[in-house]
Amino acid sequence: MSRADAVPGSRGDAASPSAAYRHFLRTELRARVLVRAAQAGLLLAFLVAWEFAPRYGLVNPMFTSYPSALWPTFLGLLKATANQPGILEHAASTVMATVVGFSGAMLVGVIVAAALWWWKRLYLVLDPFLVVANAMPKIAFVPIFYIWLGATLSIYGMALAISVFITILMLHAGFEGVDANKIKLAQTFGASRWQVLRMVVLPGSVPTLIAALKVNTGLALVGVVVGEFQSANLGLGYLIQYGSQVFKLDIVMTAITLLAVLSALMYLAIAALERRVMARR
Amino acid sequence: MSPALAAAAPGTVKVELRDVGLRYFGREGETEALAGISLGVDAGEFVSIIGQSGCGKSTLLSLVAGIMAPTRGEVLVDGRPVRGPDPRVGYMLQQDYLFEWRTILENTLLGAQIQGLDPQMARDRAVMLLSRYGLAKFMDHLPRQLSGGMRQRVALARTLCTDPDVVLLDEPFSALDSQTRIAIADEIADILRREKKTAILVTHDIAEAIGMADRVIVLSRRPGRVKSTHAIQFASSGASRPSPMQARNAVEFNGYFNRLWQELEVHVEG
Repeated sequence: MSRADAVPGSRGDAASPSAAYRHFLRTELRARVLVRAAQAGLLLAFLVAWEFAPRYGLVNPMFTSYPSALWPTFLGLLKATANQPGILEHAASTVMATVVGFSGAMLVGVIVAAALWWWKRLYLVLDPFLVVANAMPKIAFVPIFYIWLGATLSIYGMALAISVFITILMLHAGFEGVDANKIKLAQTFGASRWQVLRMVVLPGSVPTLIAALKVNTGLALVGVVVGEFQSANLGLGYLIQYGSQVFKLDIVMTAITLLAVLSALMYLAIAALERRVMARR
Repeated sequence: MSPALAAAAPGTVKVELRDVGLRYFGREGETEALAGISLGVDAGEFVSIIGQSGCGKSTLLSLVAGIMAPTRGEVLVDGRPVRGPDPRVGYMLQQDYLFEWRTILENTLLGAQIQGLDPQMARDRAVMLLSRYGLAKFMDHLPRQLSGGMRQRVALARTLCTDPDVVLLDEPFSALDSQTRIAIADEIADILRREKKTAILVTHDIAEAIGMADRVIVLSRRPGRVKSTHAIQFASSGASRPSPMQARNAVEFNGYFNRLWQELEVHVEG
């Protein structure tokens, strides 16, 4: 936001902050640093426990591996072998399917939610089915999807299936929640239903769109990994399945850690998107 | 249908309601909101409609704006029945309802965009209006960066950007604090008079109704009917009409206020 004078909420003359204000800023900074330090400490404590619990025989290292074993395992998995692609290729496949899954869920979600907003009766008819479809454990369909869609498509299908219903429900609730007076205002200018959708409902639902994106990225990742358990010979889900079958927990833990890193990256990307969009509000 | 032409014919009836009635239907039953309302507003006239909450004041404006249809009677603008929202009629709602994702200029252009007006001409007009209302510096700001009074001026610019002949005001100051409220009422009354708009203000604030209007119409409790009509004249102020703020100090003011107060008081007891 650019600096503007005489605008409510803008900061006053910051040339000579008072001692009390400097104290306030210091306290604020200290609070932020403390939170970050606590977060880092928590992560470190977790890694230390994971490293030393097996070493001192508190848990069987066969079952947990060690954090220190992950990096060498990761480096070892980088290279493709005769019957196994490299780990980055696995990761790329998982990311690709996840992106397709949540993009598809967003696209279908917006279209279906808009249709339900447009035809209220359609919503009244479909509402119970959508709620049940959302509550259904979609994972139960993994074997069926494999038969219906084949090895690759079933993964995309699972990513979509697991995230699309909640997206529809969330977006529709968001569309319905747009201030009725804003719609009335547009109508006083003679706005058509299509104009109301395009100029009021959709732009007014941007926060809901972002909230839905947050939810369905995570869900799409779940769908992809579960789909890969069943059907793939590529992807981190497959690698986890493979590692556990040959009882190499190093591989399993490395793949899981990589999944955690990917989740964190996706979260950061959405947070950045949210900041950019919300700067306009 | 040029606005200049329509505005240049004072004394002609601009808005007319003929025996208008409205019933709402709900599962709990039907509600008669308005019954047998007949009234006319002349071109360039400023009319205030007062009544207690729930008397159907806002509904009446919705009928003139064409976003609701009467279940009885007819609403006419320029002698033609209202069949839907009409570009000749502008509407200011109880709050500014600025779109938080649009800049001030983009908000001002909303009506023009909906009505498909020439973008360059609409933009020029929006910039002109915003500058005139002291908002030139804020055109690229977002609504949340503006104070309540400024936001209400943007709402006025948005209404006038499509150049309607008739402006409907539905308690447009009710969300403002009392000082801003009086100042903005002054400004808006002045602007509407200078631009020779026909205006209908709905309010429950008696002082505001007297201060702004040429005529005050009192509605009865539900179902709303025209109870009485009061011409407001300030002979003491000479030829020009005083501003709403000046009107409060005019010798006639208290007389009008007490009369209208009694008209409304009757309904509290009844």
